[in-house]
Formats: sequence, structure tokens, C-alpha cells
Amino acid sequence: MSPRAWRRLGWDGIALAVLALMVFPIYWMLATAFKPGREILSLTPVWVPLHPTLDNFATAIAVPFFWNDVVNSVLIVTATVVLSVGLAFLAALAVARFRFRGRAAVLAMLIGIQMVPLSALVIPIFLFYDSLQLTDTLLAVVLTYLAFVLPFMTWTLRGFIVNVPVELEEQAMTDGCSRTGAFLRIVFPLVAPALVATSVFAFIQAWNEYLVAYVLLRSGAHQTLTVWLASFTTSHGTDWGGLMAGATLTALPVVIFFLVLQRHITTGLTAGAVKG
Amino acid sequence: MNSASAAAAAGHGRLAKMNLFRPWAWRRSAGAAPYLLLAPALLVLAAVLLYPMASLVALSFQHYGLRQLIAHSGDYVGLDNYTAVLRDGFFWKVVARTAAFAAANVALTMFLGTLLALLLERVHRPVRVLLTAGLVLVWATPVVVAVDLWQWMFDFEFGVINWLLTHLGFGNYIHHNWFAHPLQGFAVITVVVVWGALPFVVITLSAGLAQVPRDMIEAAEVDGANPLHVFWYVVAPVLRPVFIILATLSTIWDFKVFDQVWVMLNQRPGADYFLLGIYSFSESFRVTQYGLGSALAVLLVLILVVVTSGYVRHYMGQLGEESK
Repeated sequence: MSPRAWRRLGWDGIALAVLALMVFPIYWMLATAFKPGREILSLTPVWVPLHPTLDNFATAIAVPFFWNDVVNSVLIVTATVVLSVGLAFLAALAVARFRFRGRAAVLAMLIGIQMVPLSALVIPIFLFYDSLQLTDTLLAVVLTYLAFVLPFMTWTLRGFIVNVPVELEEQAMTDGCSRTGAFLRIVFPLVAPALVATSVFAFIQAWNEYLVAYVLLRSGAHQTLTVWLASFTTSHGTDWGGLMAGATLTALPVVIFFLVLQRHITTGLTAGAVKG
Repeated sequence: MNSASAAAAAGHGRLAKMNLFRPWAWRRSAGAAPYLLLAPALLVLAAVLLYPMASLVALSFQHYGLRQLIAHSGDYVGLDNYTAVLRDGFFWKVVARTAAFAAANVALTMFLGTLLALLLERVHRPVRVLLTAGLVLVWATPVVVAVDLWQWMFDFEFGVINWLLTHLGFGNYIHHNWFAHPLQGFAVITVVVVWGALPFVVITLSAGLAQVPRDMIEAAEVDGANPLHVFWYVVAPVLRPVFIILATLSTIWDFKVFDQVWVMLNQRPGADYFLLGIYSFSESFRVTQYGLGSALAVLLVLILVVVTSGYVRHYMGQLGEESK
């Protein structure tokens, strides 16, 4: 083999080592979740579960409010995704397809708003909902998540709509399409992949969010899975097997979603990012 | 908001009168349509972001303790919160710690991210697909889950890291508690943050690398440029805009790191582990001094604005060009 081919094999080896390093933590979580207690609490690590068991999952599911919090997470995520995609698409159409007074200000706001840290805004947001007596409600959380995903989604969708040539729409309209018809028949199908990518973004943000849910949802039955998971940890002497099983269950829906739609996400989001 | 809804009401008639057979005309004088399209999104943003932002600033000029919380109104105290914070040596210590932490994390993320993106280009296709899939798996892992699993790996008693370090000959790490010393604790948190941030950076950078013309690289190689020169003179210039965006986004993210510290230290981080976000949050929700906490939050935002102003100006310039 030529030196060049040998070098390439060397790079392959390094890449596989990096891969092992990156995914080992996830493997370790899964392995721990399926191990019986004595293999978890062993001073010499047991590298593969020798006696695989589902006990840890049974323990995790039996932790108070698991099913309540699953339902809460699903409700919050569904509402956030459906509403945010709709609102972001309309707003993106406005900034991408129309010239109007205040357009630059809206665009500047969409970027600027993303800089404000959540941990800063959570104080007035909490006081705001507290004065309306809306803390501990899912509505408060959904509204907050909407506000946090909308700027990025609008911005990304705008990038895609701008790339659809206006001439296509104008052609459809001279051929007798109404304006709404032109949007629906021409723009909508062309930006569908971007709609998928941004809704996955909203899904992941809403499913993974911790701080807002932690502050706004105070009672155990009203929390989301990430908060449920963190409350696990504080109990005296962590039950690592149960925690890893709970963590696996929490991560599962996102990972499945992500892997299924991987291509859309990476091309969709990075196309917007690289363009700038 | 008011002007938008007023325009929406007034422009309704105009919308009907628009000449649909001259579509290029409505793009210039759109009337109410764009405002109607924007209204729902802006309404949500105004209620849940802009209004709280304004009240955050207002709060920072108020004394807002437990009694004010019950009464739902604070007592105006002018600049008292700011002078109290800025005169406090502890605040400056936290600022320095936050800046150092963010700088270390951004540098590590960008350095390792670039190396991995370059590596991805040099491997055979199956290996590339495998590594990308692994990165996506890491990317998809929720932050709270990531913190929990790293917490388990770094556990002082049964953690796999202590065992590995000991048996690979790095010293005696049996029963080593990583969080007894803040610098080591922050090293662990850095591992969690960088591990979670790498996938996005690597995947975005490789998308950028794909835009570098292959024949340009080959031409440079034929002319005798070594790999370092090729990277510096051919690849880096193409990559620069993506690199700047990623570095800026990482800076924003790493300055406001919250969940990783909070969950890693079981929701009770000691003062040695305060970053600005944690400090502001604790002052508000633990000490019930919402006014002081808000002042800290406003200062954090101001620091972020200053640190990222170059990026914002760059973007504004672009917007200006676009609307011409």
C-alpha cells in the first residue's frame, strides 16, 4: 500500500478511538441501567452487564409521579411544537417576503433576544406568572418555551424562504393562483424540510428544558421528566441503577427523534448557520 | 405592539384593494399583511420575553424581598442594588471565575471541534458515518441526563473514571472526591460542557469544510504546501465566517452555563461554585432578594452584550445590506 493509504488507515484508527471516547458515557449509562446492584456497586468496574435485569427500570417507573411527569412532558412538548411551527412560519413569511416599516427592528430583535440568558429572565418570568397565579400550570411553561424557541425558528425559516425565488410565486399568481394559494402550493412544499428541522429543534428544546420547569412547576405531579430526574439525585445516597434507568427513559424519545430525522436536522440547521 | 395592531386595523381595507395581478407591487406596499402574519409571534414574544426583560430592569432598581413578593410590588431604591453588588469583592471574584470558565470552555470546544472536523474529512466513508452517528447520539442527549451520567462516572466510590485513572498509572484516585476542590470540580463540569457542545460544532464545521474547493487544496499540495500551510492559507479563510459564528454562540452559551453546575452539585452549589447565572439565581430564589438577583442578571446581560458586540455588529451590517 502507498504511504498515503497507510496514513488514511491511521486517521481511521484515531477516529474510531475518538468515537469510543465520545459514546462511552452513553454506553456506561445503558450498561449500568441493565446491571443488578452488586455489579453496579463494585470496586472493580464490571464492563458488561453479566446478569442483565430490568429491575432498575421497574424501580425508576415506581418513583412517585413518573407517569404524571411523562404525560406533562408530552403535553408540553406537543403544544410547544405545534404552536411554535405555526407562529414561526407566519412570522418568517412576513420578514422574508414583505418590505414594511419596522422590519429591520423585528430582525434585530430576533437576534438580540437570543443573547438574554434564561437564568436571568427566569426571575421576572416567575414573578409575572406568580402575580397571575399561573405558576404550577402547564400553560405557563408552554408560553415560556414558545417565546424561547420562536426567535431561532423564525430566523432559520426566514433563511429558507428567502432562498425560494419570488419569481416562482409570481408565476403561479399570473397563472391564476391566489396569494395564499401561491404560498401554500409553492413556498410551503419547498420549505417543508426546514419546517421539520425547526420542529425537531422545538421538540428537543422543550423536552430537555430544565430551569423554567424547575422554577415554575413546584408540585411533583405537575413537573416534567427532566425535573423528575434531577429530584432523583438529591435523595440521600444515590441509587445509581435507578437513576441511570430513569436517565435512559428520559433520553430515549429525543434520541429516537434525533436519529430518525438526523439528515433533516443537520442539513436544515447547518444550512441556516453556514449561510450567515 | 400598539402601532402594529393599529396598522392592522387600518390596513384591512387596503388588503382587499390590492391588485392581485401585479404581485410585484404588493411586495413593496404590503399594507397590513406582514403585520398580521407577525402579530401572533410578536404577541407571545412581547408577553413572555420583552415584558419580563423590562421588568427585570425595573426589579433591579427595587428592594424585592419576601414581603414584596407577597404584596406583588417592590420598593424603589434607585441604584442601591448595583452599588451594593459592584462594591462587593465577591461579585468581582464571580465575574472573573465566569469569564475564565467561559474562555476555557470556548477555547477547548473550538480547538477540539476543529481537530475533529478535519479528522472527519480524512477518514474512509464508513468510519465517517459511524463517527457522525456517535456525535449525533451525544448531541441528542439531554443536558440533565448528561450531567447525571457524568456524575456517576466521576463518583468518588464506584466511579469508572477513578478506577481507570488509578489503573492507567495516573496516581491513586481511589475514593478521590472531585468536588472537594472547586478547580477540579470545574474541570469535571468543563468535560460535561465540552462533550455536549462538540457535536454541533463538529457537524457545522464539517458542513463549512465541504465548501472548501477540493481542487484548491490539491493545487496547494502540488505546489508543495505542507498540511499546516494548506489549513492556514486555503481552508481557514473559507471557514472563517462559520468559525466566528460558532465561537460567538459558544461564548454566549458558556457564559450562561447553569444546568450543568446546578444539577452536578445536586441543586446546592456552594459559593465556590458560583458562576454569574448561578449567583443571580441563588440570590433570587434562595436568599429571596429578587432585586439584587435581578441587578446581577442585568450585569450578566451587559457583559454578554459587550463580549459579543463584534458579532452583533457584523450581523447588523448584513441586515442593512439585505434591506437595500
